[in-house]
Amino acid sequence: MAADIVLNVAGASKRFGGVQALSDVGITIRSGEVVGLIGPNGAGKTTFFNVITGLYAPDSGSFELGGKPYKPHLVHEVARAGIARTFQNIRLFPEMTALENVMVGRHVRSGSGLMGAVFRTPKFVAEERAITQRARELLEYVGIARFAEYKARTLSYGDQRRLEIARALATDPTLIALDEPAAGMNATEKGVLRDLILRIRKDGRTILLIEHDVKLVMGLCDRVTVLDYGKPIAEGSPYDVQRNEKVIEAYLGAGHKAH
Amino acid sequence: MNKKLVAFLCTAFLLVVLPAVAQYAGNFWVRAIDFALLYVLLALGLNIVVGYAGLLDLGYIAFYAVGAYMFGLLASPHLSDTFSTIKSLFPGGLHTPLWAVIPLGAALAAFFGAVLGAPTLKLRGDYLAIVTLGFGEIIRVFLNNLDAPLNITNGPKGLLQIDSLKLPLVGFDFGRTGELLGFEVSSVTKYYFLFLAIVVCSVLICYRLERSRIGRAWMAIREDEIAAKAMGIDTRNMKLLAFAMGASFGGVSGVLFATFQRFISPESFALQESVMVVAMVVLGGIGHIPGVILGAVLLASLPEALRWVAGAFDLQSMTGGRIDAAILRQLLIALAMIAIMLARPRGLWPSPEHGKAAPAPVR
Repeated sequence: MAADIVLNVAGASKRFGGVQALSDVGITIRSGEVVGLIGPNGAGKTTFFNVITGLYAPDSGSFELGGKPYKPHLVHEVARAGIARTFQNIRLFPEMTALENVMVGRHVRSGSGLMGAVFRTPKFVAEERAITQRARELLEYVGIARFAEYKARTLSYGDQRRLEIARALATDPTLIALDEPAAGMNATEKGVLRDLILRIRKDGRTILLIEHDVKLVMGLCDRVTVLDYGKPIAEGSPYDVQRNEKVIEAYLGAGHKAH
Repeated sequence: MNKKLVAFLCTAFLLVVLPAVAQYAGNFWVRAIDFALLYVLLALGLNIVVGYAGLLDLGYIAFYAVGAYMFGLLASPHLSDTFSTIKSLFPGGLHTPLWAVIPLGAALAAFFGAVLGAPTLKLRGDYLAIVTLGFGEIIRVFLNNLDAPLNITNGPKGLLQIDSLKLPLVGFDFGRTGELLGFEVSSVTKYYFLFLAIVVCSVLICYRLERSRIGRAWMAIREDEIAAKAMGIDTRNMKLLAFAMGASFGGVSGVLFATFQRFISPESFALQESVMVVAMVVLGGIGHIPGVILGAVLLASLPEALRWVAGAFDLQSMTGGRIDAAILRQLLIALAMIAIMLARPRGLWPSPEHGKAAPAPVR
């Protein structure tokens, strides 16, 4: 069913000088799915992420979000269109409180301007109240409501990751893209994260996940796309991908056999 | 809540009584306080650009100049004396009322803020500072040289005989000494209350902007521009808005300066003034309104206080003319700034630290 497709990217290519970082990468994500994007270091996973979220302008490719074509050239337009992302190396607003961080996420779904703010119009006050309430709900949702008034930089690593997810959720995304959310987490934190991702999925959101932790990816994803040297080398269920010769070669080098 | 009310009433009382006390000591002091208020206005405006949006602007005084020259041209004999067309249109000379020029000055300065901000959108930090510094100087050089072929700004001679503020309907003249309940109210004291009212309005505007969607977007850009973009913030428009908003404060301040001083020349808008306003913001507590006000008041009044001290001890004759009061003043201000930055690197009155103690990690 075409209507079910949230993100459809075909033929995305990106070159940095002499390096072909991405060549002809495509991905299709259906509503409610968790899709994994894996590959060895330098395979182009984050580049692909940056291309679909507008951070890098692609050299070519067609991009459709919810059946409508979108141009990934302006980052803020992509967020407005409905893709929210987190970053591999956490990018919060460190000197703002956790609550304010999530409130910034509501920016794109609210509209009051300068005059509303200066004159405190009833519309502004109502909108501001709604923003605060939604932000508190989201902090509660990811489980860090008690740190609402703390500056983001004072939160622990795992909590900062969760805050970043809450901030991304605040934009009401149709697709939430997580760039290595489990990087640097201990086993307990990974368990918490896994539960959170499953809950986000259960609540009807579609997720694109870059991850190194194969165990986490295999347990969470419905489908997995594997990149190597900027090219897609395999696509399918986690079970199939794990047994794919090319994937094993990419990860372990030639000469290893699947067992 | 009650405590807050008491503090508010005390502050209000002090602010009302202050000029009366200062006037008793001499109009010179009230004048110094008036200038301090203009600097507060400038610092509040720059705080929007530097403190909220995190864009280091070293040419901010240009917008002060734009406001001042706007009023200077619209309310002095210069234009009608120079151009016969204008003379024939306004035989009595141009006397645009201040109330009309304040919004116009704010709008023009905001326009200049956006125009000068536009080319700098992709720059950050040091690079942005250097470009804005250049723009600030360009405006001053223009004002200095636009006396030929058409004499628009009267060049380095400046604009003279600028109108002082009059309210003809109620017969109130800010330029003259008046009387209230048997007390003598000097011209500078009248201006004090006008400036104070405008500063209070500006503080309210800043405070409200800080706690709004726009204010949060500015701060998000300051904290991490890429993350702000990824959250759907149109950083280009938001930065332009910050430049324009900050500049409009400078414009209003400039209009007030022109009507108060009644004479302006490009000299008043030198680079040093820009640096001074940045110093006020940084020294007081960047991004924190009470801190910025404190910084502006301190740095604006310190030179006057030191001038008085140097004069009282007559340093010049004590040292046989080797130490000039003016030089000593500069030296002491520099020392004070270094001392403050060493002792309080985040400013004299920085925004309060939330969550000083790191929260317990997840278990």
